Amino acid sequence: MPENRVLASRPARVVRPARVALHLVVVVGALAMLFPFAWTVITSITPGAGLTLRPSLWPQDPSLEAYATLFAGRPFARVVLNSAGLAIATTVIQLVTSATAAYAFSRLPFRGRGVVFAIYLATMMVPLQVLIVPLFAELRAFGLLNTYLGALLPSFASAFGIFLLRQAMGQVPRELDEAATLDGAGHGRIFFSIMLPNIRPALATLTIFAFMGSWNSFLWPLVVLRDPELQTLPIALAGLQGQYTTAWDVVMAGSVISILPMLALYLLAQKHVIQGVANSGIK
Amino acid sequence: MSILTPPAILPDATAAAAPRPVRPARRAGRSRAARIRYSLTVLAFLLPSAIPLGLFVLGPMIAAAWISLHDWNLIAPMRFVGVDNFAQLLADPATGEVFLHTVGYIVGYLPLVYIGGLLLALALNQSLRGRTLWRGIYFLPVVTSWIVVAIVWRWLLNPSTGIVNTALAAVGVDGPGWWTDPAWAMPSIVIASAWKDLGFVMVILLAGLQSINPDLYDAARVDGAGAWRRLVSITLPMLSPSTFFVVVISLINGFQVFDQVYAMTGGGPGGASQVVVQQIYDLTFRYGAAGEASALSWMLFAVILAVTVAQIIGQKRWVHYA
Repeated sequence: MPENRVLASRPARVVRPARVALHLVVVVGALAMLFPFAWTVITSITPGAGLTLRPSLWPQDPSLEAYATLFAGRPFARVVLNSAGLAIATTVIQLVTSATAAYAFSRLPFRGRGVVFAIYLATMMVPLQVLIVPLFAELRAFGLLNTYLGALLPSFASAFGIFLLRQAMGQVPRELDEAATLDGAGHGRIFFSIMLPNIRPALATLTIFAFMGSWNSFLWPLVVLRDPELQTLPIALAGLQGQYTTAWDVVMAGSVISILPMLALYLLAQKHVIQGVANSGIK
Repeated sequence: MSILTPPAILPDATAAAAPRPVRPARRAGRSRAARIRYSLTVLAFLLPSAIPLGLFVLGPMIAAAWISLHDWNLIAPMRFVGVDNFAQLLADPATGEVFLHTVGYIVGYLPLVYIGGLLLALALNQSLRGRTLWRGIYFLPVVTSWIVVAIVWRWLLNPSTGIVNTALAAVGVDGPGWWTDPAWAMPSIVIASAWKDLGFVMVILLAGLQSINPDLYDAARVDGAGAWRRLVSITLPMLSPSTFFVVVISLINGFQVFDQVYAMTGGGPGGASQVVVQQIYDLTFRYGAAGEASALSWMLFAVILAVTVAQIIGQKRWVHYA
């Protein structure tokens, strides 16, 4: 009944005052979300912030002094490099381990595959805290405490990544690999030249999540990387806070440095990040 | 990915009609060599993930259960004590307290992010100018690390020089001591956490809202249902799978709350915001009670598992899958 549909077509145009109120709430809310970021930047360029009793929205004597203090006399540049290196390594490794495992679960039937996949998924539910003590002892036995490898090993494989990519591979039509098989392609060929190019959006989502997970991770690096030279940004920031209890400009400068790379990545790939999260909620 | 746009690798019709190749993909009765080759292929694809998961997740998980039955300070040899660690934890009033604080965190956090996220999702689901921009802004804190969030909020909520109390003073309100006050420490952590996760919840609920069939609303309007009625009778029930997901994830993460507590209060003042994971960390690395810490971590895991399973069973009562 097309006529009916036209009559009932969504009056999404809400009455005017309601629309104004709606915009107002959304905009004011957005400003409230942004304010802590703005305040972080403002504080970082206000020398002596935290010492005066009257914080000011407009810094009287803006300067980058806090950033200089941050990098002087402390291996802070090294800390930034540590974080970046570990995040890149984690991302590359997780892309490899997730894609190969996802291919096996999607395209290589074998006896007991369902059980193996269930075990993989179950590892997603195990909180890291349960593993802290034995992991610490294990890596100490291997002599890997205070090493980058020790920081990386527990996140070599990600059940989340495997699940995500397996879902994506499930969407790739089987006709494609069957046709390739007819052409004499083996699983290696199919994996590289059909599967990977066809799941690019999911790979992009995983890239961002893996990078973000590593860049922001705290508990495990806190446990395994005790040497100040090896520490990552979140650990160094937590330490900074203890060291400069009143020099909030320095602490906020460190926070700005920590936020910037994630912000850049987010702005570049916003679509994939939000899509990834949105999809995770729909069955 | 549509079948309508075949990549170059698709063979032409003649090839597809050609007789089956000698080595079909999977078939019983393949030669021994082919079977071995196939097994090796499976292993090649599976081992890069199976080895690390086994060595660094499954293995330690079982080891944690073993350690929980021992008295161990991470250095001296382990001494078997049976279930003593569990008995000791159950007898210790501190255990109940850390669980209580953790549950308190969840009780404060969940309604805040859910109701806030729902209102935002409903607002952004309207035809609104610059919707992508607003959504992007609300999501921004999600990509920020917990440590930064905790530190920034510690500064915002600084009792003497913080901007929040300064603003409150300007309107004549004497702001609380926030994270320095035992009564306000947990609320401070909750506020910071809700600010970070609001955008995450909003995006999930927004995706849920957008998957609701608009015909349902049209039909309801024809029947004369008002806006409130449509919200209660259509939107909320149809949104229940997304709500379920948010609640399950929030509870799993909520029980594991640590980073922001560590960086905002360290569990203080006076243990007022000590949560389970902070207790596990302190037991291991401060008090050298690794056995007890492992026991507590297994108790936490059991609680998370029980709560999650209970929700999966309970969902039949209220979650509607279209």
